[in-house]
Amino acid sequence: METLERIIAEHPFFEGLESYYTGLLTGCASNVRFSAGTYIFKEGEEANLFYLIRAGKVAIEVLPPQNHPLTVETLEEGDVLGWSWLVPPYVWNFHGRAIQETRAIALDGKCLRAKCEQNHDLGYEVLKRFSQLMVRRLQATRFQLLDVYAGR
Amino acid sequence: MATLQEIPLSHDLMLPQAYVVKQVEKETPDTFSLVVHPQERTTDGIGFLPGQFSMVSVYGVGALPISISGDPAEQKYLVYTVRSVGKATHALVSRKPGEEVGVRGPFGQGWPLDTARGKDIIVVAGGIGLAPLRPVIYEILQHRDLYGRLVVLYGARSPREVLYRSELKAWARQPDTQFLTTVDYGGLNWHGHVGVVTTLLKYARLQPSRSVAMICGPEIMMRFVTRDLEGQGMRRDDIYVSMERNMKCGIGFCGHCQYGPHFICKDGPVFCYERIRPLLDKYEL
Repeated sequence: METLERIIAEHPFFEGLESYYTGLLTGCASNVRFSAGTYIFKEGEEANLFYLIRAGKVAIEVLPPQNHPLTVETLEEGDVLGWSWLVPPYVWNFHGRAIQETRAIALDGKCLRAKCEQNHDLGYEVLKRFSQLMVRRLQATRFQLLDVYAGR
Repeated sequence: MATLQEIPLSHDLMLPQAYVVKQVEKETPDTFSLVVHPQERTTDGIGFLPGQFSMVSVYGVGALPISISGDPAEQKYLVYTVRSVGKATHALVSRKPGEEVGVRGPFGQGWPLDTARGKDIIVVAGGIGLAPLRPVIYEILQHRDLYGRLVVLYGARSPREVLYRSELKAWARQPDTQFLTTVDYGGLNWHGHVGVVTTLLKYARLQPSRSVAMICGPEIMMRFVTRDLEGQGMRRDDIYVSMERNMKCGIGFCGHCQYGPHFICKDGPVFCYERIRPLLDKYEL
């Protein structure tokens, strides 16, 4: 049976992380499963978790005024779901909805923030990885905003 | 495979040949595929190389450079996928079966299928950029043993703007291939990927050092894709892009499509990325 620690260590997001830190992360981790259609979080709710997706697919949705929800991104196996736990005021900015049966490792943000405060080396490792993720998503969002396939 | 020079050119390159529209298929709300047959029977066939284009005329309206999007093995007719965005393209997609259009070509340099033999192929298409790449996909799927793994990454604006839907499904079932489609914005009924086409790279099973990439889409999309492929370890001279400018004569005489020292119509539209990379960052070129 796979242990949580091994699953975390093998997830692409934490690739190469020293086992000591993986052990610290595992203390904040739990296995979760969401059936298709379930909202994992909703805009405006307190954000104290993030997820390492192991299988399935999650849609990041925004609700335009007087319109149907719009999916702006999907995340799948190997992706990380959520970074609002890291930045005050720790509130989700979008909806996260499982659009397939989804299995993930949930990491408790409060627990991890406390560990990062105590162990700045761990904090730096976590921040390095999340900052790369944020930059990639910012770049993708800018690309998306260009609406390059629109007829002009 | 025949090179451009080997394809017989038995007529005046500036004189349109009469073709008859046999079929018009609506691909998306504003994009149509036209199947056109030569009005006169030709013994030479109407061969073309994947990536080449024709100048297609609607008499009295204008002539347009349109990539050939059909099967290169097909010798009896040509297929053009056209997005209606202006007067001439609207006139072209409004042709009815039985009506005539003028065709000059095929022109230009195609995709480097000879160079790609034995290697993995990464096809990255954005929007209507899938049309000039479709002949490549046909060619590879028909000669599967000549090539390595085929990875196709396709980005469209929204689910209703995805081209060649039924073919995409069929292609995805082929062995040793990976087809991933994404849309920039998805609705409730879309359960596929959502995100720009570069986000698919992380799901693609690539071997950059033994791959050739072929990219077609808006220029800015190709810049993002080439940057990310380089980031994954691909060499610039293994990356090819299809460029688009205002082609007129199709044979490098008129200069309308000059791009730095190149003529897109004659030296392209397909270029090795290494060759034109310095030009891609220049404004107003």
